[in-house]
Amino acid sequence: MTTRNDKKEVETTGHSWDGIEEYNNPLPRWWVWVFYATIVWGLWYTVAYPAWPGIKSATAGYLGFSTRGQVEEQIDAVNASNADVIAALETADLATLSEDDALHGFAVNMGSSVFKANCVQCHGSGAAGAKGYPALIDDDWIWGGRIDEIAWTVRNGIRNESSWDARGYGGVMPSFADTFSDEEIVATVAYVRAISGQDADAALAEEGAVLFADNCASCHGDAGTGSLMNTRAFEDPEYVVADGEMTGAPNLTDAIWLYGGSEEAITETLIEGRAGVMPAWGIEYRPGFGLTDAEINAVAAYVHQLGGGQ
Amino acid sequence: MWDWVKIIAFGVIALFAAIAANFARDLAYQVHALIIMAVSAGMFIWSVRSAGEAKPAVETGYMDGVVRYGVIATTFWGLAGFLVGTFIAFQLAFPALNFEFLQGYGNFGRLRPLHTSAVIFAFGGNALIATSFYIVQRTSAVRLWGGNLAWFVFWGYNLFIVLAATGYLMGATQSKEYAEPEWYVDLWLTIVWVAYLLVFLGTILKRKEPHIYVANWFFLSFIVTIAMLHIVNNLVVPVSIFGSRSVQVMAGVQDAMTQWWYGHNAVGFFLTAGFLGMMYYFVPKQAERPVYSYKLSIIHFWALIFLYIWAGPHHLHYTALPDWASTLGMVFSIILWMPSWGGMINGLMTLSGAWDKLRTDPVIRMMVISIGFYGMSTFEGPMMSIRAVNSLSHYTDWTIGHVHSGALGWNGMITFGALYFLTPRLWNRDGLYSLRLVSWHFWLATIGIVLYAASMWVTGIMEGLMWREVDANGFLVNTFADTVAAKFPMYVARGMGGVLYLLGALIMTYNLWMTAFGKKMPNAAAVPAE
Repeated sequence: MTTRNDKKEVETTGHSWDGIEEYNNPLPRWWVWVFYATIVWGLWYTVAYPAWPGIKSATAGYLGFSTRGQVEEQIDAVNASNADVIAALETADLATLSEDDALHGFAVNMGSSVFKANCVQCHGSGAAGAKGYPALIDDDWIWGGRIDEIAWTVRNGIRNESSWDARGYGGVMPSFADTFSDEEIVATVAYVRAISGQDADAALAEEGAVLFADNCASCHGDAGTGSLMNTRAFEDPEYVVADGEMTGAPNLTDAIWLYGGSEEAITETLIEGRAGVMPAWGIEYRPGFGLTDAEINAVAAYVHQLGGGQ
Repeated sequence: MWDWVKIIAFGVIALFAAIAANFARDLAYQVHALIIMAVSAGMFIWSVRSAGEAKPAVETGYMDGVVRYGVIATTFWGLAGFLVGTFIAFQLAFPALNFEFLQGYGNFGRLRPLHTSAVIFAFGGNALIATSFYIVQRTSAVRLWGGNLAWFVFWGYNLFIVLAATGYLMGATQSKEYAEPEWYVDLWLTIVWVAYLLVFLGTILKRKEPHIYVANWFFLSFIVTIAMLHIVNNLVVPVSIFGSRSVQVMAGVQDAMTQWWYGHNAVGFFLTAGFLGMMYYFVPKQAERPVYSYKLSIIHFWALIFLYIWAGPHHLHYTALPDWASTLGMVFSIILWMPSWGGMINGLMTLSGAWDKLRTDPVIRMMVISIGFYGMSTFEGPMMSIRAVNSLSHYTDWTIGHVHSGALGWNGMITFGALYFLTPRLWNRDGLYSLRLVSWHFWLATIGIVLYAASMWVTGIMEGLMWREVDANGFLVNTFADTVAAKFPMYVARGMGGVLYLLGALIMTYNLWMTAFGKKMPNAAAVPAE
């Protein structure tokens, strides 16, 4: 019961299922040839590249290709072309780095790349920070804004358990939940908002001023302008640490807030306390994943030139 | 006797489910035990009430009741899957849509597997079961084998879907892509799947036609291979018989390789072979033309199923997977190109001599564009498996675009075509309620896919290039967040594509509903099998 396709003179196979028949058309020639071509190409490819598995290993292919080798090659090439300038950066004097345009430019580029890979997760792509993560683009530095101070912070981090030289070691914003009554917290919040130029109940703020002087001024200073940390004391044996200096306590009179300046945020800070942590990035503290000396110098140079470097 | 067996079995299951719910170690397991308890208690009562009743005489015509239910389930799950997909597309564009009150249940991480499983397994799986039951009866000229076993397959499969979907929302997942359901859900699916194989194979064995039609080869290869993939990839040891957690038997790169051997062949055999079975029946039926080439169907069938099973390692280029395995995955993927296209050629050429129907029949148009997207995806896939291309495309949205041009274009459109074909026939209507609405569905869906695929190509290639962009000294230029920010406009476009596709599906649902349940049209004569 074969029927003919009137145009092409092709017969059907004679089968019929639920009215469906099948033509006996040959395989399209181009289809067959492309299929063969991919098979031939495939066989060649398995000879050229690692392919045929044996008991313990596989054929390596005559081109000597490996994915790990390919990545290594690319990294080695970049490293080789940058070797000299990286060596210079490793030992560079950070204080005078910005005078060497070529080296400084390279350091900023390299630091930008280091920053993108390691720092943006907390500090943001634009380094503008977020709640609990300081902005690095302003000139409000809790732990010092000189390039060598930034490098120190990057290497040792803040309040972590990896580095003995971590900043803020032992120094935290304590919780006042047990010290202050609810009313005292409200009053203190009002005072802090008043000295930072925000709306606050004047009577409450006056009450808070006393509480502030007794409890907060020892770290944040009598005027609440903070007492920022720096490394100058470590470098200069003659340096005399004034009372209340070097506590890493932020300035409360400006519009820059690490944990927010709203009533809710300041209340939360007073009740919960604050003790932000930054990991120690030096490779000595995180073998295999940390930053090398050159990378630390580079990222310090990058952060320093973002706008607020001192 | 059989009544007693049923009553005892359902009673015992309900009892054990109650015990399991009592001792449950986590929420998902407890809810699932309660679902199973409720289902078996209901079945128990129903069995008691209907015990001893005279059994209705065995019907002799085709068994279409289960196919009708399958058509309804396919439409329902399709809408659910598209809706969740559109919502999570907007969650990616606007993260605020991960509402606080939905945390732990309705955030992106929980909804994403719900979406993929809903469209692949609920929508696609119901479509495959329904169409394969319809087709195997027609092309074998016999009623489904196994009596009510086909009903067990339908309800059992949909119970599996409910267990899987609710499990995701409550955090019960193996964290294996497309194989998220936990161990007891996997065990249940295994039982259902064996029943499916029995029904299908039994029907083929008692067929009245001398030869097995090509669509049935594809369906059979799909059922058998999925069984194998499902079992091997879900080899786990439960932490407790009363909990949903389990530990994979394989670890590290072996586990990864098994997962992608499974994952790729879920695409190959579920979404390709199974749907080719649909294509091989509905396209010649709708076009009323013979299949273009019998030879091509044999050659491309065997080449496809032989080659597909090796292609999985291309999902693991540049990973801990040894280079030799990744080479072989790539080579097999490239050789797979022509066998995949064999199905496209056979589908499109079947229409030669009937091209004018493209103008008049929007259902044919739907099938043709589906085959077109099939051809495009099966070219794009081998191309993306090439190591050099993959080093750019991997982990980017290009992969998402590729998957969706296949899923929305090929699987979705051929299923819509099949639903438009089946509904009037299953409900004995002369034709569809409205062909104009089919046209609307066609254009909305097509434009939706184009928006989706094009935006994902742009954003995928862009983010791939941004990730690898380095300056003259070899330093990274972009942060990851830079690439996320740059993708925003394309994410919105993708979401709009999803809205259009969902809208088309809603129009289809209305059209099918009116066809099946709307104002009664004059009855078309039913054609019995025997």
